[in-house]
Amino acid sequence: MQAQYIGASSIFLEVLWRFWPVWVALAIVMGASFLYKKKLALYGQLFDSGVGIAGVFICLFWLFTAIFAATVAPFDPLGQIPIMKDTLPGAIEPQSGLVYLFGGDKLARDVFSRMVYGSQIVLIIAPAATGFALMVGITLGLPAGYYGGKIDSVLSFLANLVLAFPVILLFYLLVTPGIMDTPIPYALAGVFFLFPIVFFSVLVWTRYKNRPDRIYILLGLTLIVGGWIYVGLVFDADPLHIVHIEPNQLNIFVAVVFASSPGVFRIVRGLVMDIKTRDYVAAAQTRGESPWYIMLWEILPNARGPLIVDACLRIGYTTILLGTLGYFGLGLAPESPDWGTAIKDASRLLRSFIHPALPPTIALMSFVLGLNLLADSLREQSMKD
Amino acid sequence: MFSFIIRRIGTILLTMLCLTLVVFFLVNLEPNLKKLAISQTEMHTSAEQLESWLANHGYRQNFFVRYGQWLGVLPEQPITDPATGKVTQRFSFCNDPTVPTFSGVLEGDFGCSTKFKNTVAAKLFPALGATGILMFWVLAVMVPVSLLIGILAGMREGSRTDRVLSIASIASTATPEYVSGVIFTVIFASWLGWLNGSAASASQGITFYNFTLPVITLAIYGIGYIARMTRASMVEVMTQQYIRTARLKGLSFKSVVVKHALRNALIAPFTVIMLQFPWLLTGVVIVEVMFRYQGFGYTLVEAAGNNDIDLLLGCSLVSVFIVLITQLISDVGYAFLNPRIRVQ
Repeated sequence: MQAQYIGASSIFLEVLWRFWPVWVALAIVMGASFLYKKKLALYGQLFDSGVGIAGVFICLFWLFTAIFAATVAPFDPLGQIPIMKDTLPGAIEPQSGLVYLFGGDKLARDVFSRMVYGSQIVLIIAPAATGFALMVGITLGLPAGYYGGKIDSVLSFLANLVLAFPVILLFYLLVTPGIMDTPIPYALAGVFFLFPIVFFSVLVWTRYKNRPDRIYILLGLTLIVGGWIYVGLVFDADPLHIVHIEPNQLNIFVAVVFASSPGVFRIVRGLVMDIKTRDYVAAAQTRGESPWYIMLWEILPNARGPLIVDACLRIGYTTILLGTLGYFGLGLAPESPDWGTAIKDASRLLRSFIHPALPPTIALMSFVLGLNLLADSLREQSMKD
Repeated sequence: MFSFIIRRIGTILLTMLCLTLVVFFLVNLEPNLKKLAISQTEMHTSAEQLESWLANHGYRQNFFVRYGQWLGVLPEQPITDPATGKVTQRFSFCNDPTVPTFSGVLEGDFGCSTKFKNTVAAKLFPALGATGILMFWVLAVMVPVSLLIGILAGMREGSRTDRVLSIASIASTATPEYVSGVIFTVIFASWLGWLNGSAASASQGITFYNFTLPVITLAIYGIGYIARMTRASMVEVMTQQYIRTARLKGLSFKSVVVKHALRNALIAPFTVIMLQFPWLLTGVVIVEVMFRYQGFGYTLVEAAGNNDIDLLLGCSLVSVFIVLITQLISDVGYAFLNPRIRVQ
């Protein structure tokens, strides 16, 4: 049976229409940001330049697409409707009357829905992994830069060791089905996920150690929430069954954090070495503040500009890494709708069909482009001060 | 300077030792050895047969002994049949010794590839040669183009050319190889039909038709980054006093840029180009797999996919060496190019 098709202009309109919750959310957020941009500090200044607006727009677009994926996508990303195999864009699915807007792939799944759901995977893993990498890099980079000496030599040697690995080799060694039978990913996760808890505990401790009324509540809260997430992620033993991660996702997560934290470490170390010569650090030292107080409450806030820019770039870089993992079929499930896996599947059949390849490539490129534009405009704004 | 280089080489050797130990540990994990044994024996072998294959081929010796053998500080043992006491080669396809000999990396023996049934050296070095050709063309495209873009953009900061070129370079840094590869293949191979979407025939002879797509795919990701660094460096140089002086002397803008600014602006990009090599290595793997070009990246993927221990160790050694040596060259070269920097 021949599938029925709709025309190119109707595809375009239909795609715009499918994204309606995204447009509404975008209009609300962008409108509010424009109205109150004077009060929004650095975020508000982004709206002064075209590049900044474009960056915010693209990033928010994918954020809302991930949030409203269930409404935007007409089909199940894993659902196969045999009659729609390899159909061209605009084919009408006979039973529901809905349209395969970007056509069907070789397993008869809707390319459009897969692209939309793929954003969820990327937008959960990439920022979270970047966050953890930042925590690890900051917690280790601060003492390395501040104390120097032996700590610095050892930590820098370790960081350079990891950086000397080509990323792809690291992934081939760390993300394999076999390695999940060994305790290595869990041990690495156990180490990496400890850093945020340590970071926040020290943060609270150094600030409030002379105020017993605050310190116990805050420290207790940090340890309980941190410990809860820790137990859920590393041992998959969350008593409430809310925090849960698949073993293969944990594996990817750990590998990505491992690959990108030495980069953060180097940046933080460099920034700290620069900032520690400033007068306000000397003043704090004269006041008799503890070293960790100075690092976390004097140096770190003054290093935030470059760190925010780096975080933006790094989320993009992590997205590229995730795509690389998907492209080589490492870690993610073979039917997973993430963009890298979709590109891998489609790029093998480019000779016969090109339509399944384009949506995930353009999605990935536009998201990373949005993050890079955002980072560029943040850098411009922070240089103005 | 001399002692600096010696110390750096010492660090490089230490790093290589540590990294190969880590790689050796990871490829010798129990599931990986199982995978190797399954792929090397016939289908449907029992667990005992797998175990005896592993023991027979020396994979059950102490971890550090085996690392020492690979390194060449301990003698490699041939297989001795416990029943008959007959001595045979470990892998017959590699001319393995029948008497205990020192044959490790330090003696120049990289071991034996179980996947390709050949010595690692026979597989790895031709592949490196093929990748070398690819890298040469990539650098030949990437370096001039990115420097030109960077200089044109940084010459007049804030101009229309600057903004257009800057956005273009940001876009190119947002395009990883597997994205640009697909897009270029769709445009130039599927749609226009000008170029070949596969470089498999390039090992017989390189033509414009089969080699352009891999080269531009690999170059495009680096171009944006190097161009942005060149631009930043150029912008900085153009605000210097001596540029103003040259302008006030009445020199034309063109000759100020060419004679005064260019030389100083090109020091920083040199470092950046050198530090791009680790990324190019990853890119090489993606591009060679995507365009089916039988080079280093392709070998690495085959080795990793089949847990070919010696080949994978050889690949890691080569890639780590490239990464570290380019870092050293970039440091030494920077001090050489910029007389204000002195290495302590």
